[in-house]
Amino acid sequence: MTPEQHLTAYILRLGDNALVLGQRMLELVAAYPELEEELANANFALDYIGQARMFYSYAGELEGAGRSEDDFAYFRPEHEFKNLLLVEQPNGHFGDTIVRQVLFDVYYLGLLEALTRCSDQRLAEIAARAEKEVRYHLRHSAQWLVRLGDGTEESHRKAQRSLDGLWRFTGEMFAADALDEAVLASFGGPNLADIAADWQKDISTIVDEATLSIPQETHMASGGKQGMHTEHFGYLVAEMQSLPRTYPGATW
Amino acid sequence: MSEQVWPLYEVFIRTRGGLSHRHAGSVHAADDQMALDHARDTYTRRSEGVSLWVVRSDRIVASDPAETAAFFEPAEDKIYRHPTFYDIPDGVENL
Repeated sequence: MTPEQHLTAYILRLGDNALVLGQRMLELVAAYPELEEELANANFALDYIGQARMFYSYAGELEGAGRSEDDFAYFRPEHEFKNLLLVEQPNGHFGDTIVRQVLFDVYYLGLLEALTRCSDQRLAEIAARAEKEVRYHLRHSAQWLVRLGDGTEESHRKAQRSLDGLWRFTGEMFAADALDEAVLASFGGPNLADIAADWQKDISTIVDEATLSIPQETHMASGGKQGMHTEHFGYLVAEMQSLPRTYPGATW
Repeated sequence: MSEQVWPLYEVFIRTRGGLSHRHAGSVHAADDQMALDHARDTYTRRSEGVSLWVVRSDRIVASDPAETAAFFEPAEDKIYRHPTFYDIPDGVENL
């Protein structure tokens, strides 16, 4: 693969993370018990979808094969999505959703910050725009984790269980594969070892403030970055793609 | 799910530098910080503002509708308090 092909695949992966997390959050639309949180969730979900569109559009241009953002989102099979396992995990209860968001947002914010300094100007610009959105998402999710962890006995117990349950999907974020290394070498991309160190520090701070405990060392699940997903993912893809696949080219 | 209702906050938005904050509406929130976030998420989605204030609705001291007569009617016949004799120069907005 040429450096440009590496970059294209890398940007597609960024788009996959944003799209899949956005799709998960969109499942919660009209399900929130409070109007203001309902709006916040829908806003954030659409921020992620918007980021996916920017990544996919750029990847399509780099690839030069005429594929559009819709082709990437709606007409690829499950195993061609290279998103992290963490972002495809079901919403569960509110604590599960919030823990998933915090674990991802801290990682993603670090990644985007690093990408603003990469040598590919367009990618750096997309990252700079996304970074502002994600900084606010993290403010929101982290505050909620603190409220839940440092809330009632029940919310504390549930939040700790959510953290314990999702922890095994965090290792994959920092396991650099050939693509991560190629983009680091050719384009000054993110160094995942640095991002892991910052993530550990920031997550510890939030978890401490939430009076929760960092889970014990555990077996880390992986495979998402190679297109091997958890059992939940097929349903998400099927629902997300059902309309464009049933009515190709539909507009309204 | 708690059956408690979050307190109400009034939201004020400054639409751009130089203008004053204006009442935009209200949000429910569990605390001050959440109220600010809810105001941001509810009322500034379409670039409506550059600054937000929130204040708990029950901390606002309001005039009593029963006292409207004593409060406001004495001003009605004092037209000399209105600077109506000034000409407003062309092009002056927000006066």
